Amino acid sequence: MTVAAIVLSPADNVAVCCRTVEAGETIELAGRTLIIAERVALGHKIALMALSPGDKVVKYGMPIGSMTAPVQAGGWVHMHNMKSDYIAAHLRDAVGESA
Amino acid sequence: MIQGYLRADGRKGIRDAIVVVYLVECAHHVARRIVEAAGDPRVQLIGFPGCYPNDYALSMMKALTTHPNVGGVVLVSLGCESFNREALAANAAAAGRPVETVVIQQAGGTRPSIAAGVEAVRRVRDAADAGVRRVPMALSELVVGTICGGSDGTSGITANPAVGRVFDALVDAGATCIFEETGEMVGCEGHMAERAATPAVADALIASVEHAERYYRAMGYGSFAPGNAEGGLSSQEEKSAGAYAKSGSRPIDGVILPAEMPRGPGLYLLDVVPPGDPKFGFPNIVDNAEIGELMACGAHVTLFTTGRGSVVGSAIAPVIKICANPETYARMKGDMDVDAGRILVGEATIDGIAQEIVALIEAVAAGAQTCSEALGHQEFVLTYKASGPAGPACLAA
Repeated sequence: MTVAAIVLSPADNVAVCCRTVEAGETIELAGRTLIIAERVALGHKIALMALSPGDKVVKYGMPIGSMTAPVQAGGWVHMHNMKSDYIAAHLRDAVGESA
Repeated sequence: MIQGYLRADGRKGIRDAIVVVYLVECAHHVARRIVEAAGDPRVQLIGFPGCYPNDYALSMMKALTTHPNVGGVVLVSLGCESFNREALAANAAAAGRPVETVVIQQAGGTRPSIAAGVEAVRRVRDAADAGVRRVPMALSELVVGTICGGSDGTSGITANPAVGRVFDALVDAGATCIFEETGEMVGCEGHMAERAATPAVADALIASVEHAERYYRAMGYGSFAPGNAEGGLSSQEEKSAGAYAKSGSRPIDGVILPAEMPRGPGLYLLDVVPPGDPKFGFPNIVDNAEIGELMACGAHVTLFTTGRGSVVGSAIAPVIKICANPETYARMKGDMDVDAGRILVGEATIDGIAQEIVALIEAVAAGAQTCSEALGHQEFVLTYKASGPAGPACLAA
């Protein structure tokens, strides 16, 4: 059975999903029990703890951007609630705008 | 055992391509028909579309037409474009490559030019075959490039770290390894600098990434595609951290520019971002532009990691496709040489996949076809770029 998600570095506040996880699923991760808030796909990130706007998102032990909206533990962390500290990323719909 | 193709200039290749080169889009159709008429996967099409001259394109073509995997060259010119076909032909001839040029306006148009090109290919191939020798080639004589394309949240935790271990093993064996895309090192510059072989290289690494960030910021986009986001990556620096894992852990010996050969074995960063303010557009419009630059730096083979699933190969040098994502592999396995997603589902380790890739590099160097080769992929793209040293520190020895 594939583990649901992995934490890449002890300093991280997000985990990476090794498979799609479903809303309401309970997973044990890095000594925590997380209740998955919403469906999160393989390769995407879930918050290990509640994060607030301005908080650094830490993965691989390094900051990969800052929160722009709050997320609860077990919630999906992606471009709807975080942003790059360097160059804005873009989605297909948002081509031509800065995200 | 790898049996390399020994060229007249002393370099050793792992393939024996004959390249048909269009020197302007106006000659593309004729060149393509010449390649089709040959009906031989060794005879491959590359070219440059623009009519205006460009030093970068000339230096790239000089490097590619004398690549160790290339045995002979046929140039196809319309006749009135700016590309310096005489300089390109002379450069290839000086490196001992049989070379012929077809000029469409002199040959009398499309049909006579195709006929002349078909004959030129036959003569060049015969001359190349008569001149080449097969000789033993060690792993340490290989130049290996790496690139990621269609990255997602799995790339940085399976395929890329596995390639990093491959690079460590190859560097330890005395081979030459090149990683690239300074725009995908944004956020990793500090860590890279700590791995620099000398303080000058550390300065060059930091300067190249700072320049890349300025350049991409001015262009309005980072090196980040919508599919990266769909695959779970949320920021440039998150993508960078995953991409950077391909470089492994050994000291970084230098920063090189497109079409510049590494000075010796070891690990090099290819700075793909042109010097100065943005000019001519994005540094590289698509993955094959980067594969072309790795080849122009001498790469015999390219390790291509993908999460979302790329299908491309390349003219001239084989591409080994390493799939990071087990779901993508299940969908696209006919295009994938290595299933690194097994790491994610606990069926393989990073070191195990790395050993598999090293064995595959040896097999491919010895002649085994990659998936993209077997499928006939021979993509190539070359566009305008500014050239010149990227900064006073960037050519540090």
